[in-house]
Amino acid sequence: MAIVFKRPQSLTDAKFHYCPGCTHGIIHRLVAECLDEMNIREKTVGICPVGCSVLAYDYFNCDMLEAAHGRAPAIATAIKRLKPECFLFTYQGDGDLASIGMGEIVHASARGEKISVFFINNTLYGMTGGQMAPTTLLGQVATTCPYGRKVENEGYPVKMAELLAGNEGSAYISRVAVNSPANVVKAKKAIKKAFETQAKGLGFSMVEILSTCPTNWGLNPVDAMKWMEDNMIPYYPLGEFKVKEEK
Amino acid sequence: MNKVLMKGNEALAEGAILAGCRGFFGYPITPSSEIAEYMARKLPKIGGIFVQAESELAAINMVYGGAATGTRVMTASSGPGLSLKQEGISFISEAELPCLIVNISRGGPGLGGIQPSQGDYFQATRGGGHGDYHTMVLAPASTQEMMDFAILGYELADRYRIPVVIMAEGTLGNLMEPVIVRDEVTSFPEKPWAISGCQGRKPNIVNTLHLTAEGLEQRNRHLFSKYKEIGMNEKRAETFMVEDADIVVVAFGLLARVIKRSVIDARKHGIKAGLIRPMTLWPFPDEHIKAVADTCKVMLSMEISMGQMIQDIRLAAEGRVPVEFYGRIGFLPNPEELTREIIALAERKGL
Repeated sequence: MAIVFKRPQSLTDAKFHYCPGCTHGIIHRLVAECLDEMNIREKTVGICPVGCSVLAYDYFNCDMLEAAHGRAPAIATAIKRLKPECFLFTYQGDGDLASIGMGEIVHASARGEKISVFFINNTLYGMTGGQMAPTTLLGQVATTCPYGRKVENEGYPVKMAELLAGNEGSAYISRVAVNSPANVVKAKKAIKKAFETQAKGLGFSMVEILSTCPTNWGLNPVDAMKWMEDNMIPYYPLGEFKVKEEK
Repeated sequence: MNKVLMKGNEALAEGAILAGCRGFFGYPITPSSEIAEYMARKLPKIGGIFVQAESELAAINMVYGGAATGTRVMTASSGPGLSLKQEGISFISEAELPCLIVNISRGGPGLGGIQPSQGDYFQATRGGGHGDYHTMVLAPASTQEMMDFAILGYELADRYRIPVVIMAEGTLGNLMEPVIVRDEVTSFPEKPWAISGCQGRKPNIVNTLHLTAEGLEQRNRHLFSKYKEIGMNEKRAETFMVEDADIVVVAFGLLARVIKRSVIDARKHGIKAGLIRPMTLWPFPDEHIKAVADTCKVMLSMEISMGQMIQDIRLAAEGRVPVEFYGRIGFLPNPEELTREIIALAERKGL
């Protein structure tokens, strides 16, 4: 009997610790499938963040390093510069990347570091229990904006894809969502395109992936998907924001 | 023998290159910037990597990543920059990655000044960041030692898988002296733990997270058994005329070199003075202190700070001899002033 579907080799056998309905599992799998299909697992170094995916080093079956909060792009910079034959990816949440690590991500992009960043945007801090992130939507309730995010107090949600697309060093910037089978397929294409951008040495690549957090949103997994479609996608439009072509 | 006139900062940078350093990640700050500038000129020509980081935090995290590849890498900064780097130093210490971290010290607290200082002694010798850990700390006293300790630093860092801090006063970084240029290091230890793609082996993981109490305690015990071994093997100090000394001055860095003159001058006044110069600040050379604690009448800690190393001297002396203190802030005192202090102490003690 032919095997038509199996666990990617780039994932270990460890069981994910993620909450029911969380989309980290889907995204991990998409990254792993791309590593398999491009046959680069043994040349890849992944950097995990601080946040829900802090334990990603247990799940990806390649060399991994666990970073301090927000610092993954700086770490990836050094590894890529010293080992240019390696593929470098960072896997970062919105608190990690868009808040405490804003300096590191903007400058890695500005320098055009040949690394691929997978930015998981679920509009809040998941692991620490649902605090406000720079990506929390206006009016959205989080434990540190219990009356809803207000412009007067917390300002506007940060659009990272649009922000980084403005840097000359950025070669591929896109935003995808994993809310439907069709969008999951598109997300995988974007992830692969990021790795291909790195393989071609074109510069910095980032895929922002809109993700759900049923636990901290207080919704069941199905309603969480709907909340993402109704609230996140209108503010964080999907698409490619920067595509540098080979000369 | 290749003898050249070099600045301390340049001698240190050249020493690091001779030791195989091929990655420098730093942020400009006076009085350490010549190290970054030297590396920016030299490293690209020898297949190395120089990155001016956007911040001290990014710089130390680049060192974290660079060291994880098994490459000899370094960063250099000064007081306020070292404060910012402490997060990364804690991570690197826990991950047991070898690297060189240089503090060309200036005065604090706060923005302080850009004059020489030894006020970062506590920060350097107590770990400096969060959690239970130590880095090794070397304190050179000459331009030659700036070069030699860079080479020694990498050797120790690799041997014990530990970040090594070189702490030198700003004056030493900017002092020009003749330096005998050492031979290039050609043999390096294997680093099977390094991450650079898992071709032909199981994946390597560099991690500092331990969520179980047992796991975390085990990690801390492991680190401290290593620190104990370092303590047994690596304490270094220079002693000068201590055998018959009534007054033993304890001082490190360039200040200690100035004090050598004062010890000789004090002896001309009939005062039996001597000097112990710790070359490793951590591990602190307590045996050298203990060895003279019963034969001298008083010890004198001289520091460019309000008194930090004096605590380690008192711990080492175990109350067997009184330990006095003299410190200045913001500059390197001249030998005449230090001689006067030694003579004044002798008079107070009736020596």
